[in-house]
Amino acid sequence: MTEDEEKQVRATQRSRALVTAALLGALVVLFYLITIAKIGGG
Amino acid sequence: MATRPMTGGMTGTTADWRDFLALTKPRVMSLVVFTGLCGLLAAPASIHPVLAFTAILCIALGAGGAGALNQWYEADLDIKMKRTANRPLPAGRMDRQSALHFGVGLSFFSVILLGVATNWLAASILAASILFYVFVYTVWLKRRTPQNIVIGGAAGAFPPLIGWAAATGDIAPLPLALFALIFFWTPPHFWALALFVRTDYANAGVPMLPVVAGEVATRRQIFGYTAIMAVAAMAPVLLRLTGLVYGLSALLLTGIFAVLAFQVSVRRESDPARMKPERRLFAYSIFYLFLMFGAVVADRWVMA
Repeated sequence: MTEDEEKQVRATQRSRALVTAALLGALVVLFYLITIAKIGGG
Repeated sequence: MATRPMTGGMTGTTADWRDFLALTKPRVMSLVVFTGLCGLLAAPASIHPVLAFTAILCIALGAGGAGALNQWYEADLDIKMKRTANRPLPAGRMDRQSALHFGVGLSFFSVILLGVATNWLAASILAASILFYVFVYTVWLKRRTPQNIVIGGAAGAFPPLIGWAAATGDIAPLPLALFALIFFWTPPHFWALALFVRTDYANAGVPMLPVVAGEVATRRQIFGYTAIMAVAAMAPVLLRLTGLVYGLSALLLTGIFAVLAFQVSVRRESDPARMKPERRLFAYSIFYLFLMFGAVVADRWVMA
């Protein structure tokens, strides 16, 4: 793999990791809100 | 959709997040989400906004998982069709295993989350719709029979049932009528498309109706299914499940649909470049479904 190709792979991995982190963060918030809604409704 | 050139051998580890998004068929998802949302809003029960949001999210994720599994299974077909050749798998931007894991993971996650957040009836219908789309439509019917999209259309008809079940915990005649509407809407919608992308399907060996039975038969069937769809569209009014707002909207919108379908049924044009009425019917069919479902919700709100 050339240096340019490796750079591109790293950049893609970085963006995938950031999107995954953002999605996990959103899920944490969602699960918190679902819990509150369930407690309130129950 | 990403269009980066990929280096061989590294495709598995370097698929972009946009490729995973493309795997979920976001454009198909918009109609699924909208009909699911309308099923939920038309239901005579109140549901906490967070749980309603979660239900719609789960319908979207489930549809995305099913779409990913469909693309995982159909990569060999997709590579042969212009319309689909740039999808992540046929274009070589992602390896098959990543797509499989993503699709299975998303499907399980959506069903479990829906069950936990709302109820297990809604989750069961979501699971059934995913399994139906993947096994009955993609694996079993699509490559074998021109009835593929007729029976397979059921998979796309589930969302209003899921939305309704998420809100109420049961199934009622109105969401069943909406199921029938999407079910009978699917053949004219897809066959209008199949008329002008016929060569694509023929090249890939997919037995779509225009390829197997010819254009004249397809045009006739488009009108036949439109007639049955019209009955399904008016059923909520005839059964007194909806009021005047839906009734008048359905009459007008379905009337236009029938006129466009009739025009297509009497034409004998075989050059895709000159198939303007066919393209118009296809475009209108999407618009039609959005408005019909919007009318169901508007009717509920006006009557309430």
